[in-house]
Amino acid sequence: MARRGLPEINAGSMADIAFLLLIFFLVTTTMDVDTGISRKLPEKQPEDAPEPPKLKEKNVFIVTVNRNNDILVEGEHFMTIDKIRQEAVKFIDNGGGLGNPIDGAEPAECDWCEGAKDPSSSDHPNKAVISLESDRGTSYGTYIAVQNELVGAYTDLRNRLSEKLYGVTYTKLLKDAKNNLSNQSLKDKIKNIRSKYPQIISEAEPSK
Amino acid sequence: MSKFRKKKKGMPAISTASLPDIVFMLLFFFMVTTVMRETELKIKKPQLPFATEVKKLERKSLVSYIYVGKVKGQGGDKIQLNDRISDVKDVKYFIFAERETHSEDEIPLLTTSIKADIESNVGTITDIKEELRNINALKINYSTLKGDVMKNIRK
Repeated sequence: MARRGLPEINAGSMADIAFLLLIFFLVTTTMDVDTGISRKLPEKQPEDAPEPPKLKEKNVFIVTVNRNNDILVEGEHFMTIDKIRQEAVKFIDNGGGLGNPIDGAEPAECDWCEGAKDPSSSDHPNKAVISLESDRGTSYGTYIAVQNELVGAYTDLRNRLSEKLYGVTYTKLLKDAKNNLSNQSLKDKIKNIRSKYPQIISEAEPSK
Repeated sequence: MSKFRKKKKGMPAISTASLPDIVFMLLFFFMVTTVMRETELKIKKPQLPFATEVKKLERKSLVSYIYVGKVKGQGGDKIQLNDRISDVKDVKYFIFAERETHSEDEIPLLTTSIKADIESNVGTITDIKEELRNINALKINYSTLKGDVMKNIRK
């Protein structure tokens, strides 16, 4: 009788306890992934800063969205949202002249552009500036839609160039680089593509 | 030899001893992935706009959220910081408070995510951006859902 030892603790209710906790966490879990369009705001200039250099008008692509959510491109063409991407691509990819010097080299033509080389449109992707003007009354939805299309234009061009140079799209390169953080050659490829089509989008202060 | 002659009678009961282990494993998974909503929304839940060229926000601990939307029964856009409706001027104090909780070298990495309703005015967003520029909090993210942009436009 005395040698029976301690009785085993019944672990049968352990599962119940764990289930209870499990259900609690299941209910409170929110697995929302945050996605969005990332932007870097321009730094605040001091009052006495020198005037920024004037850009040639042909190198600026002005998209205006008014308070009725109408979209005006270059101050003259009304446009629907689905056309903007195409127009922006045409403008960035024009390559009608010499670009800004890269790494101290002589200013050169854009030899990867496939645009019309129209002398009245942008000179070079690294000179082409897209300016987005909005009104205070513009709806945020439209504003984001236009922003999205403008970013999309750059993505399209980068994809095309990347496909030509490396056989894979830029989007795929980015994805691979994320899964493989130490791969230097991928990083260099991305850097190269980015320098060829730098994303220059300016968000002008809205008109009152 | 008698060892081998023993015959089993019927099916043995399936051992449930590993059940707690399995459940615990699931439990830990959910415990780790759970993000408790730390702010209660005072404004109407913003209907985020749709976009296709989106990036995932990495390192959530470095992100602070600004909500913009409508309040029931009141006109105009309202800004919610933490858990109260605030004025645009409070944005800077909000960011300063966020910076306090991070170490010095993480401050340039801090991102401000703007979760604004699709029907807000760009003016409100611009005011926020101006405030952020004033205090040099330059990294922002317009929070969007993945989807067709044409859904943003009200007919």
